[in-house]
Amino acid sequence: MITKEVVEHIAWLARLKLSEEEKEKFARQLSKIIDYFNVISKVDTSNIEPTFHVLELYNVFREDKEVESLPQEIVVRSAHESEDGFIKAPKII
Amino acid sequence: MHLNRLTCHELVEMIRTESVTAEDVVEHVFRRIEEVESKVNAFISTFKDDALEKAREIDKKIRREGKVGPLTGIPVAVKDNICTRGKLTTCGSKMLSNYVPPYSATVIERIEAAGGIIIGKTNMDEFAMGNSTETSFFGCTRNPWDLARVPGGSSGGSAAALASDETVLALGSDTGGSVRCPASFCSVVGLKPTYGAVSRYGLVSYANSLEQIGPMAKDVLDCAILFSVISGHDPRDSTSAPRPPCDHTSALDGEIKGINVGVPREFFAAGVDEKVKKLVLDAVSVLEDLGATCEDTSISYLDYAVPTYYLIAMSEASSNLARFDGLRYGFRAKCEGDWNEVFSATRSEGFGEEVKRRILLGTFALSAGYYDKYYLKALKVRTLIKREFEKALAKFDVLVAPTMPILPFKIGEMVEDPLTMYMMDVDTVPVNLAGVPSISVPCGFADRLPVGLQIIGRFFEEWKVLKVAYAFQENTNFNLKKPEI
Repeated sequence: MITKEVVEHIAWLARLKLSEEEKEKFARQLSKIIDYFNVISKVDTSNIEPTFHVLELYNVFREDKEVESLPQEIVVRSAHESEDGFIKAPKII
Repeated sequence: MHLNRLTCHELVEMIRTESVTAEDVVEHVFRRIEEVESKVNAFISTFKDDALEKAREIDKKIRREGKVGPLTGIPVAVKDNICTRGKLTTCGSKMLSNYVPPYSATVIERIEAAGGIIIGKTNMDEFAMGNSTETSFFGCTRNPWDLARVPGGSSGGSAAALASDETVLALGSDTGGSVRCPASFCSVVGLKPTYGAVSRYGLVSYANSLEQIGPMAKDVLDCAILFSVISGHDPRDSTSAPRPPCDHTSALDGEIKGINVGVPREFFAAGVDEKVKKLVLDAVSVLEDLGATCEDTSISYLDYAVPTYYLIAMSEASSNLARFDGLRYGFRAKCEGDWNEVFSATRSEGFGEEVKRRILLGTFALSAGYYDKYYLKALKVRTLIKREFEKALAKFDVLVAPTMPILPFKIGEMVEDPLTMYMMDVDTVPVNLAGVPSISVPCGFADRLPVGLQIIGRFFEEWKVLKVAYAFQENTNFNLKKPEI
């Protein structure tokens, strides 16, 4: 059961500001969905390794060589606000 | 002649012999877009002037050098979650409604190098989360076979553009069926490649361990041509398989004698519309008539595929979508607060309801106290499902099933019932969990609505999947039927 308080907590973790109506609606919907998802608890997975990725690729490295990257002035152009080639962020504390 | 109605392989031949120009082809496509787009809404943006200029350059080059690539002069529509340098890439979201990427995805570079012309960006469920294209910030796309119905999703714009002849080729992306579902609902061909076969560099991430960019086309040969162009190793994607690009068209000879086809009964279980089931079983008979050996088989754990898929996809999504902070790119809410306030306000206004729902569920599945019970558990069940596919595919060359268990539904019919919508992905998501390739190819009509046959193959055996699909198509020709629009 996902209560309104649980929704508030995970919304905070995910940095989503929700209205009161949204919190109630999501609590209702998420409870129903999680109830259904709970069926996987019935599967016996003892001694089964998790599959994070289907391909057996490990430690993919490239040579430590300098390659061209996007120019700074092009990259900051996408930012909401920039100054002297840096991206401006809101105050943190 | 309406050049926009032809296929890539027909047009390239005509362009090579100079019986038509690339400019003619692009003009025909845009004439069609202007004619039907107000009804279909397949595109988020189109690039008529740039496309015509590119076409003229290509025509000059052909006259000068006489050389023609596999996609020379061919219009390609691209799902709007694939980055195109200097061209809006919105992901169907308000969050990226102003985003112009400074680089192109590897698949775009390869298409352009092969002579293809990007004509526009297609509509999609927001961040590829959905199977109806209804969650797009830019309004839903309509199914050309019945404008009151959904085109499927999330690559609904690409499928609808193909079905209504607004393009010749298209790209989609498939995380849990997003290429195959709309291909099925719109009666076109769509391939979900083996995980790692196509570079994801420049694809806006939703669920990294599941998704692949896939080719979509009006017939199987075109699908194989586009797949040959976009596949092959890319050092810029560390999950790209170290295999060189190769030609995937040479196995398409219509010959499938002796091919072993498994028909897993769980894919036809409760919830599958009887009309869909009948058409897919008819398709199995066609394969048998062509000399394939078809046999009933079983894939266990299929009942657990939908929750397993959604838990993994939502967990990966909640982590991936954390990058949208309104700072470096994309939408930013008007808010004067500190970092957390600005961050939260931007995400609340920038994301739509389905995206929020998935971020919340994913955050929940990864949160302290629930990680083992949901996320890790799902990854273990994934191992069991993957093994089932490996077991079945050790015995059979391919497996066949319905792509979607139901016919295209009415717009708005399901929006308030997310769980029912998730359950419709029952026959597509297991394939992404296993990572194997799968195609959807038209297999007929029920109540005048399209049905798709799904053909699933072994790791990196797209050629065999395409071969079976091609033989089926050449003996049924459902792909030649066009909607009246």
